Amino acid sequence: MKNSLLSKKNRKLLSDPLGDQNPITIQVLGICSALAITVQLQQALVMSMSVVFVMVCGNMIISALRNVIPSRIRIIVQLVVVSSLVVFVDQVLQAFLPDVQEKLSVFIGLIVSNCIIMGRLEAFALGNTLWPSFLDAIGNAVGYGWILLAVAFFRELFGSGKLFGYQVFPDAWYEAGGGFYLNNNLMILPPMALIVVGVIIWVQRSRKSFPEELLEEN
Amino acid sequence: MSINKDSNIFTFSFAIMMVLVVAISLAFVSESLSEMKKANKIDKKKINILSAIKVKSDRKTASQLYSEFIKKSVVINSDGEVVKHKNIDSLAFNIDVQKQYRDKTLSKQDKLFPLFVAKKEGSEFYIAPMVGSGLWGPIWGFIALESDCNTIFGASFDHKSETPGLGAEIRESFFEDAFIGKKILDQNNQFVSVDVVKGGAEAGSYHQVDGITGGTITSDGVTNMLKSDLEVYNNYFDKIRE
Repeated sequence: MKNSLLSKKNRKLLSDPLGDQNPITIQVLGICSALAITVQLQQALVMSMSVVFVMVCGNMIISALRNVIPSRIRIIVQLVVVSSLVVFVDQVLQAFLPDVQEKLSVFIGLIVSNCIIMGRLEAFALGNTLWPSFLDAIGNAVGYGWILLAVAFFRELFGSGKLFGYQVFPDAWYEAGGGFYLNNNLMILPPMALIVVGVIIWVQRSRKSFPEELLEEN
Repeated sequence: MSINKDSNIFTFSFAIMMVLVVAISLAFVSESLSEMKKANKIDKKKINILSAIKVKSDRKTASQLYSEFIKKSVVINSDGEVVKHKNIDSLAFNIDVQKQYRDKTLSKQDKLFPLFVAKKEGSEFYIAPMVGSGLWGPIWGFIALESDCNTIFGASFDHKSETPGLGAEIRESFFEDAFIGKKILDQNNQFVSVDVVKGGAEAGSYHQVDGITGGTITSDGVTNMLKSDLEVYNNYFDKIRE
């Protein structure tokens, strides 16, 4: 083996998607689900974990089979692998977390069409060995997940005054209890997710300069 | 002999093998989790029935509260006649009204309509399941009537795939609560049902509730569902009112 397990190159596979190559904020992929299921942290967490699972298993399966998969049907093979993993996740959620599954409903199914997953399978797992594929999957899925959680944090906190379903702002703050505060209903609506993602992108770019410039450096 | 990876035979055998492996493993997963999924569905149904009479429950308390409040079950046919059965409670609970609704081979006469009789704080309530079609898929719900078999005490609706933010709002409490106090009979005791009206209900009307903006087809689905199912139950209620 040329590289040690956590060589600089491998570490980069893991850390790049968390920041400089983040699938949501830099590559702007998987936005649809980021808008839809970030109203509450719990949903976002379950969604992120589902994506981590599908991504890691998918990447490793495809990487393990990369020398066997007939190139003419490789997209179909990737699709079948991803969708069976998604069906598996859906079934497990139905059995163990029925309430969350109900809320996520179609969005679990839509993991199939999450372009991050198909993108990584096609661009990375097909051409790399198991260990880098594993790191790449973890990096991208967690990179997707932390944005989801960050967005959900702000939306749940300011939209309903809660975190993970627990009341954070005391009742006395609310107008109904004689206070000064009202939940911002706009936060519950999908457009706010886009704005929160936008703010995260803004912060990231102002600290790390623009990805377009990074490309030129490389 | 080396295998030609680009040959048709290899491609086809690979595809067939893949489909077999995937099908068998998914069938195995689905089958081994089916008991838990079934239990979850039963709990969910109990939660929905209870919420129609404004009893809040969760998956842990549903079974206990259900046996505490639901005192009797009745099964009727489309003419409102009571169907006799040895174990009427389990028959009533296990009738899958959604499956019946989907089954186009069943005529209305063949269908069975369960009705749950609840006792809460000394008064009796009749809880009737409803099923209909929204824009994208099935919608369903439970309507609880007070002991006069006329005034709506509570309603709970749910849906499979209505548009989030639009039609999906039928399961929110602002919509469900609008039905409270509405009546299914007019002053002459004729059946009129309750309509979900686009553009807003007439003030003071006993038979109209506000439609959902952007969810007109789902709202109409609720109207049709109430009309066709409440009519059947009304046949039965006519007999008890006498």
